[in-house]
Amino acid sequence: MTADMPARQGASLRLDKTTFSYGQTRLAFDAEFPAGEITAVMGPSGSGKSTLLNLVAGFEIPLSGHVLINGLDFSAASPSERPVSMVFQENNLFAHLDVFRNVGLGISPSLALTAADRMAIADALARTGLTGKEKRLPRELSGGERQRVALARALVRDRPVLLLDEPFASLGPALREDMLDLVAAVQAERKMTTLFVTHQPEDARRVAAHVVFLENGTVAATGRAHDFFSANGPAAFRRYAGAMNGE
Amino acid sequence: MADRDKQVGAAAIPLPHQAAPPAALRDKRVAAGIAALVFVAVLIGGAFLGLVIESAGDFSGALAAFDSYLFRVVRFTLWQALLSTFLSVLPALFVARALSRHPGFFGRSFILQLFAVPLALPAIVAALGVLALYGRAGYFAEMLTKIGGQDWPGIYGLSGILVAHVFFNLPLCVRLFLEALQTVPADQWRLASQLGMSARPAFRFIEWPALRQALPGVAGLVFMLCITSFTIVLILGGGPRATTLEVAIYQALRFDFDPARAVALTLLQILLTFAVVALLSRLGANTTAEASLSVAPRRYLSIGNGEVALNVLLILLALLFVAGPMVATIAAGLQSELARLAGERAVHLATTTSAALAFLSALLATALSLSLTMARRGLATQRGRNGGRSLLEYATDTGAGFVLVVPPIVIGAGWFLLLRHIGSAFAIAPVMVVAVNAIMAMPFALRAVRPAYDAASERHERLCAQLGITGWARLKLIDWPVLRRPLATAFAFAMALSLGDLGVIALFGSDSLQTLPYLLLARMGSYRTADAAGLALFLGLVCFALILLADRLGKERSS
Amino acid sequence: MRKTLSVLVSALALVAATLPATAKDKLTVYTYESFTAEWGPGPQVKKAFEEECNCEVDFVSVADGVALLNRVKLEGAATKADIVLGLDTNLTADAKATGLFVPHGTTAALDVPGGWNDDTFVPYDYGYFAVVYDTEKLKTPPASLKDLVEGDASQKIAIQDPRTSTPGLGLLLWVRSVYGDKAPEAWAKLKDRVLTVTPGWSEAYGLFTKGEAPMVLSYTTSPAYHMVAEKTDRYQAASFSEGHYLQVEVAGVTTTGAKNPLSGKFMAFMTSPKFQDVVPETNWMFPAGKMDKPLDPAFEKLVKPAKTLTFSPEEVAKNRKAWVDEWLTVISK
Repeated sequence: MTADMPARQGASLRLDKTTFSYGQTRLAFDAEFPAGEITAVMGPSGSGKSTLLNLVAGFEIPLSGHVLINGLDFSAASPSERPVSMVFQENNLFAHLDVFRNVGLGISPSLALTAADRMAIADALARTGLTGKEKRLPRELSGGERQRVALARALVRDRPVLLLDEPFASLGPALREDMLDLVAAVQAERKMTTLFVTHQPEDARRVAAHVVFLENGTVAATGRAHDFFSANGPAAFRRYAGAMNGE
Repeated sequence: MADRDKQVGAAAIPLPHQAAPPAALRDKRVAAGIAALVFVAVLIGGAFLGLVIESAGDFSGALAAFDSYLFRVVRFTLWQALLSTFLSVLPALFVARALSRHPGFFGRSFILQLFAVPLALPAIVAALGVLALYGRAGYFAEMLTKIGGQDWPGIYGLSGILVAHVFFNLPLCVRLFLEALQTVPADQWRLASQLGMSARPAFRFIEWPALRQALPGVAGLVFMLCITSFTIVLILGGGPRATTLEVAIYQALRFDFDPARAVALTLLQILLTFAVVALLSRLGANTTAEASLSVAPRRYLSIGNGEVALNVLLILLALLFVAGPMVATIAAGLQSELARLAGERAVHLATTTSAALAFLSALLATALSLSLTMARRGLATQRGRNGGRSLLEYATDTGAGFVLVVPPIVIGAGWFLLLRHIGSAFAIAPVMVVAVNAIMAMPFALRAVRPAYDAASERHERLCAQLGITGWARLKLIDWPVLRRPLATAFAFAMALSLGDLGVIALFGSDSLQTLPYLLLARMGSYRTADAAGLALFLGLVCFALILLADRLGKERSS
Repeated sequence: MRKTLSVLVSALALVAATLPATAKDKLTVYTYESFTAEWGPGPQVKKAFEEECNCEVDFVSVADGVALLNRVKLEGAATKADIVLGLDTNLTADAKATGLFVPHGTTAALDVPGGWNDDTFVPYDYGYFAVVYDTEKLKTPPASLKDLVEGDASQKIAIQDPRTSTPGLGLLLWVRSVYGDKAPEAWAKLKDRVLTVTPGWSEAYGLFTKGEAPMVLSYTTSPAYHMVAEKTDRYQAASFSEGHYLQVEVAGVTTTGAKNPLSGKFMAFMTSPKFQDVVPETNWMFPAGKMDKPLDPAFEKLVKPAKTLTFSPEEVAKNRKAWVDEWLTVISK
């Protein structure tokens, strides 16, 4: 990446009274996520963490309310029209395409790549520690490496909102910490407004500036990470974290 | 497309489309599916229109058709079709499973290639092949006479119909079920192996869900093939006791030239099939396998000796049953003057014509079925977890299959009536043959493509949506590599089916459009039975060669 | 590129140069498949007539006589056919009702059993339906229709469906002409002897030669093919004492053909020896007109019906549906 890039500022992200339902479950989110910072999205299973991300990414369309990014309404836009990148827990890669092409699809969905694009891909691969693995197929990579490829693609896509849906849940502690640090470093450079779904309080504490806590399909508490993890954190969150520790 | 590629400026936020069209229309896959449906609808609707116009408001013939004889015909038609379906599908489940358990089985790919051939044989060839074994003068007749203590009466009647239908459909079912089994993700097999699942629970928890998903479609397909069976039913059925609606439709158009009656009977046939297919669909369950990346070559469970023996026995029995009539066909063919036939200009011409028509039909059939598969999946994805299936989604799924129960002769006659006012309708005969054969082969191609496409889509859908990979780029980069093999299978099936087709040719056939099956029947119709046997062998070989080629094309890059 | 172009241009010039030579008067004849087959009468007939008329004959063939009539019905008055050749007497009433055929106006001497007095259609050959049997399987064939109906039910016969095939309809009319209103009772007995009812002649004859049935419904002339072409006496026709049902094959001029002077010439040619000489050993039927060369001796050995049975085209047209339905009711029980 070159120096003549414009100075970066994260986009503001707001879910304005959005509602959604599937089956008997009703969800309602009304929340603002600080621009250019990492917000951890936490909550028990079934509380709606993934749905929240899907609403932002456009995989689900809200029944009512708006998804606002920098004040523009993206509620009805298709996923690819949104200024959003997302890394899933798994299935981030096309199994039959090598690393280079998997990343390249982030620039051009028809893989029409210019020389400059190729440079950008090489840079992103270098940034995520994948240099030399361009020609590998996903099945020849470790779990951590596969998520690095997904991250590299998010880098070349260069969209102001980054969504991470438990991307490192299946990695070991040391590897997970490496990956978290990579995310934190990349985010610091690019200032993407990042939502990070995790079950691990220590992950949130390591990288997130803010926390949004969900319960029963709605936002139960929000605050700065520092406050959340102190003894005066929200009661609902303490109950949840306590239960987690007690497991 | 291109502008969207580039608009991803650094941190620039594109303006959202506020007045975006409904998602269903924005998905190009759905548009492709709608185009395919329109094609089918126009082809069939046009034919009906032609027939209805011709009947000029006189529907007395149509009403007179509904008598007590028709009631008996309907009863028999349904009964034989249901039995045939049951007897084809049930053993096929286990044979497919046995084949999927033994990927290294000796001659496995040969068996599968062989299993595509019966579809390409004209009904009369298959019937004679079956009779060469089980008929009154068949290879087994002497043995059966000794066992029974009286002259073997042959297999005329329901049993004969069933044997021939199973000969046609069992191999088809095996191939389709195998395709479904191959969509089971490797992780599930690893899990099963880790949990120490023996054959029974592995079948129940892993194979059966995959098979069950394919079951209604496959059973519906076989049912439609059997309900429209005509030549087989008349030859082996032993007389008009065994008559199908298709015979009545044929008679209405050919002998009585009563278009209104033909339309009425065809509609009845569609309605009956609709009812049965609706019932069959309850057998299935929409249990799309959990998405997971197939990252390692599949590892199989350790298989006990008893099961190995059982599987081998199953495969061999199926092979014997299917290969038997084919061997008889080959034996009869070898007695003809093959060298002379191979040198005949008429044979060369017919071969070229057949191959060209079948190739184009298969191309069209594959394109149609891929469009429908993509549209169905696109619609299902948009629907998400909410809401029921729309009519459009149903049409792209089971709906399109109903073309099978519209007799080709009805489509052909209808279009000719419609077009004769415009000009020489017979000039479009080749187009008609290609179009009709393509839509008749489409439901088969659909079955071959869909499981693989759905499984791939399950893994790729969100990723493609996110990255904006749509339309042609998606087909080329994402779907084609995964679908190459099933598409090749679909193509081979469609081609085989079109090669053996006689239905449309019989009506349009003229000097300018002689195909191999047409030539075969012409030889049979002028005492040249040996020539006909030679041509049957030739037809089988051409078909087999095509299947081999398609298999090879499909394998090239998928390894 | 330029080279291709010049080749193309000269090719076009060549085509243009040959055009006047090929623009002969043309006669279009619709007929059935086995007539135009290499071994059928078509090729020889075409050659002989083209020599005579300095014109070009264009045969368009469809599967069989029924398909032929349907094709003409489909095309209607716009049909390209000048002549339709290959209908039989069971179809002529239907064909006439279309109004697409004009009177033939020929006065040629015709030799058809029972004489000929149709003003629209001209016969070119005829034959008799017969039960053909395998002498190796059946030592004593039935000597009458009555024998067939009442004989040993374990000796099977393959027949055709009157709803889909011409011989099938022939047998139906045969039984009707012998048994009259008692035909349903006869069918009820005959039913047990029927191995199977096939959609067309080919399938039944195929079953017969494969040895599935010792008898098949075919023509008295069928053995001639086996004797002449295959040099075997194995397959013979059974002579029935009640007589045999007649099938006459005819041709007619269409309204389109009425404007083509070649049509009349062809109709006259059709009943002349040049055409008739070809018929017996290509179409395996009896000639309907005078021949120049003698019939192959094999034809002399064929069954000569004691009596010719026939219904008029009008009777057939009027009763066909009722008789077929009656047959269906009995035989599908």
